[in-house]
Amino acid sequence: MTTNSCCPPPKEPVACCPPQAEAGSRGPAEKGSVACCTAPGDDRPGYRLWPFVCAWLDSPAGRVPQIATRLTAADILGRWQMRWGLGRTRYSIAPGLYAVGTPSSGSPVLVTANYKMTFDILRCDMHGHDAWLLVLDTRGVNVWCAAGKGTFSTDELVRQVQRARLQEVVDHRALIVPQLGAPGVAAHKVVKACGFKVVFGPVRSSDLPQFLESGQKATPEMRRVKFGLSDRLVLTPVELVNMRWQVLWSTLALLILGGIGPQIFSFSAAWNRGIAAVAAGLLGVVTGAVAVPVLLPWLPARSFAVKGAIAGLASGLLATLLFSSSLDWLNSLALLMAVMAISSWCAMHFTGSSTFTSPSGVEKEMRQAIPAQAAALLVSGLSWLAGAF
Amino acid sequence: MSSLRYLGDVVTLQFDEQKCIGCGMCSVVCPHGVFVVEDRKARIADRDACIECGACAGNCPVEALTVKAGVGCASAIIHGWLTGSEPNCDCGGSC
Ligand code: SF4
Ligand code: SF4
Repeated sequence: MTTNSCCPPPKEPVACCPPQAEAGSRGPAEKGSVACCTAPGDDRPGYRLWPFVCAWLDSPAGRVPQIATRLTAADILGRWQMRWGLGRTRYSIAPGLYAVGTPSSGSPVLVTANYKMTFDILRCDMHGHDAWLLVLDTRGVNVWCAAGKGTFSTDELVRQVQRARLQEVVDHRALIVPQLGAPGVAAHKVVKACGFKVVFGPVRSSDLPQFLESGQKATPEMRRVKFGLSDRLVLTPVELVNMRWQVLWSTLALLILGGIGPQIFSFSAAWNRGIAAVAAGLLGVVTGAVAVPVLLPWLPARSFAVKGAIAGLASGLLATLLFSSSLDWLNSLALLMAVMAISSWCAMHFTGSSTFTSPSGVEKEMRQAIPAQAAALLVSGLSWLAGAF
Repeated sequence: MSSLRYLGDVVTLQFDEQKCIGCGMCSVVCPHGVFVVEDRKARIADRDACIECGACAGNCPVEALTVKAGVGCASAIIHGWLTGSEPNCDCGGSC
């Protein structure tokens, strides 16, 4: 299936190449022999063409790959793998110049990162428009994080402008850089270094068509980062996958510790008490890494660690009530403290995915929260072990 | 989602009004609407919304703004504490 939420369902059969440049279009595209699908000469030893390249445009600075604006099944599978953190270490495309539609020398130049998912979203959002895409080498990292790390940078932008010989491809001198790239790109330095003026575009690429149509003016709304429910939800799987090793090792440790009791060590106790402890731990993880992100705006307190502890208190109390018949007060205390501490810890780690936390704030809350979490975990562990006797 | 607010009074953003030429670049690049520009001068309107991304400081042509930019990610900060280095994003978080 080629339909996806970010792309309108195909109206015509998915012919990747737009029709031949119409009469009246000017610039390099006019000369371009838009050969549909690749010619035999496109094969090179050791290289494989990405399926999204559907043709080649001739430009004064050489051939430019023309790319599809709809996703294929492979693109969607890749995106799904990213979301779940499977093989997400390398998902990048080659940096350089690409063409969407049939751009001419007057078409806008959009700058982006070489993270394939970013690139996919951008080309879908640009469906039906003509533009050049200048892809920077960010080592397969998205624009915002690459700007923070310094790979989406003034120097890299200038380097790619020169490498693509952009001054020969277009006759204007403007680059549209996503606003989230601004931490890495200093507009006044780019113009000094390569003569191209930087126009900061909207935060979300879905606003690009409107931005382009309104004479490259962004509304205040387009300039704001948001953090809605769906934004928070898509981040939770990776959050969980990142914790898999911690969960695995803790499970093993709890199964062993669970066996300690009046008979020194018992396998049936290891099983019963160990499993119960693992369940308590998982409840903490799910509360902190899934429930807290979802309920973020409604949980009281500003600190994520406190939000996590409050949510943990609620789910921990619920669990103690549910199992009140089989839990004495020591084990109930252990359960409650463990869920609160773990939920608080996981929620604190969600600061890394949120869009409105400052590093100074995160550091401050961590200095306060980690000792409290450690103390709660200690109380929990001691009362759990004591509960065996 | 204006109900999402983080800790108050912690950020390192500094503004030197004397230097400011009112070009408006800071208010263009800021993802959280921290600045307003009035009468050819910028003004910090919502300081606590700042996430210390550094976009404004990097794009101010007269260096009227400074901020200690960094990553607000718990794993990165722990990594920084343990190794004694500046926190960075390479810890494999979702960033
Ligand atoms: S970018 Fe600098 S000079 Fe321009 S308005 Fe902001 S503070 Fe003033
Ligand atoms: S550091 Fe970032 S969030 Fe803070 S004021 Fe500057 S641009 Fe806005």
